[in-house]
Amino acid sequence: MKTARQVGIVGYGAYVPIYRLEASEVNRVWGGDGAPVEEKSVVAPDEDTVTISVEAAKQAVRRSGIDPSEIGAVYVGTESKPYAVKPSGTIVAEAIGATPNVSTADIEFACKAGTEAMQNCIGLVGSGMQRYAMAIGADTAQGRPADALEYTAACGGAAFIFADRSADTVAYLEASYSYVTDTPDFWRRSKEMYPRHGSRFTGAPAYFKHIQGAAKGLLEETGYKPEDFNWAVFHQPNTKFPIRVGRGLGFTMDQINPGLVAPKIGNTYAGSTPIGLAATLDIAEPGDKIFAVSYGSGSGSDAFIFTVQEAITEKRGGPKLVSFIDRKKYVDYATYLRFRGQIIQ
Amino acid sequence: MSVPRYWREEVPRYRLLGKVCAGCGAKFFPARPVCTECGSTEFKDHKLAEVGEVVTWTVVRNPPPGFEKYKPYVVALIELEDGMRLLSQVVDVDPEEVQKGMRVEAVFRRVKEDGKAGIIQYGYKFRPVVE
Repeated sequence: MKTARQVGIVGYGAYVPIYRLEASEVNRVWGGDGAPVEEKSVVAPDEDTVTISVEAAKQAVRRSGIDPSEIGAVYVGTESKPYAVKPSGTIVAEAIGATPNVSTADIEFACKAGTEAMQNCIGLVGSGMQRYAMAIGADTAQGRPADALEYTAACGGAAFIFADRSADTVAYLEASYSYVTDTPDFWRRSKEMYPRHGSRFTGAPAYFKHIQGAAKGLLEETGYKPEDFNWAVFHQPNTKFPIRVGRGLGFTMDQINPGLVAPKIGNTYAGSTPIGLAATLDIAEPGDKIFAVSYGSGSGSDAFIFTVQEAITEKRGGPKLVSFIDRKKYVDYATYLRFRGQIIQ
Repeated sequence: MSVPRYWREEVPRYRLLGKVCAGCGAKFFPARPVCTECGSTEFKDHKLAEVGEVVTWTVVRNPPPGFEKYKPYVVALIELEDGMRLLSQVVDVDPEEVQKGMRVEAVFRRVKEDGKAGIIQYGYKFRPVVE
C-alpha cells in the first residue's frame, strides 16, 4: 500500500517500566526449566497502558518539536485498556495537550494493535485529513500463573507522530502491507482475566504464516530484497520466533539485532514491534532502510518499509530506549504478583 | 475525590500547569482565585518546569486510605528548575536511595483509584532523572 501524499515520522518515543522479573524466578516457583526470554519488564503498581502511552507520547512530542495542540489524531493500540469502557486515547491526548481538536480511539488487534494504529495514522496524514497523527502501541500484558506466557507477558510502549514527508521527518514510509486471516491462536473472552492460546498452534499457522505473508507481499510489491535493508524488526513474542522468521525470509542477525529487545524486556504485545522500530531508529543513520513486520493473534501482520532521513541525527535527543532497558530493579515472584494486583491485602 | 473535582483539576495535574499573576508575576501551583502577593484576580497559564531536585522528603509507612498498595512510598518537597516548589510522590526509587539534591523529573502515573469500579485518578509524580 502506498499513500497519495508521502508520509514520514516527525517524532518518536519508547518506554519500558523499571521493574524486571527473571525467567529463573518463574522456574523457581513453578518448577519449570524454560527461558523464552532472559527477563521481562513488570509494571509498577501505579503504571498502566495509559501511563506508558503518555510517557512514550511525551518523548515523541518533545523530539518532534511540534505544538501538541496541532496533533489531530491520537490512536492507542492495546489489549490491556485500564477501562473496559472509556477510551485510553482521551486521557493520553489530554495529558500531552492535544485536546480538544483531535480524533482519538483505542484500537484492538492483540499484539498488532500498535501497528494497526500506525496504518490508521498513515492513512489520515497520507490522505491530507490530518497534519499530524500519533500512533501508540502499548500494553501491560497478562499471563496466567504457570502458563508459558508468564515468562514473557510484559509491559512497554512506543509512540510515533506521522506527518507529511519533509526535512523535519526522521524517516519516511516507502510502503506498507497488511495480511489478515481468521486464525484462533490466542484469545480472551469478555470478563476473563487471562487469555487462552492454542499452544503449538500459535507457531506455523499463526505467527510464521502471517509474518511471512506480509513480508513477502511487501517485498514483492516494492521489488526489494532482504539484502537491500540495513535493519529488520519482527514481532517478538520470545527470542526464538523473530530470529527464525527473519532468517527464514533471508535477513541476517546483524539486521535483526538492534531491534531485538524481547530477551531483555519480554513480549510487550502491542508495544513489541513499535518498540523494536524505536530501538532501531535510535541507532540508524540517514539513508538506512528499515523493514518492520508486526504480528497480532487472531491473526494478522502489518509490514512497513521506512527510509531514515537526515533529521534523525538531531531529533533523537534525550534518553534512548536503551536507557530505559538498562535502568532496572529486579523483583521476586511474590512482589511481581503484588504489583500485578494478583494478590491483594 | 469526586468525579467533578477530578475533572476540573485534570489539566493542571496532567500537564503541571500553574498560573502566573498578571498584576505582579507571582506564580502559583495549584491555581488560586486571588493573588496572595498583590490581590489581583487576573492570571495567565504558567507551564511548570518538569525537572527539579529533592529539597527534603519523608517516607510514608502508614498511608491514608487508597494509598495502601504503594507503601512504603516517598513524598518529597521538590524545587523545580523554574524555582517553583511542590510536594509529590517520588517513584521508581527505594526509600533509602533518596537524597537531598537528587535530580528528579515529572512522570504521569496513577495516583489513586476510586475502588474497583470508580474512576482512575491520574496525575504527576516524580522519578530520578533518566539520562
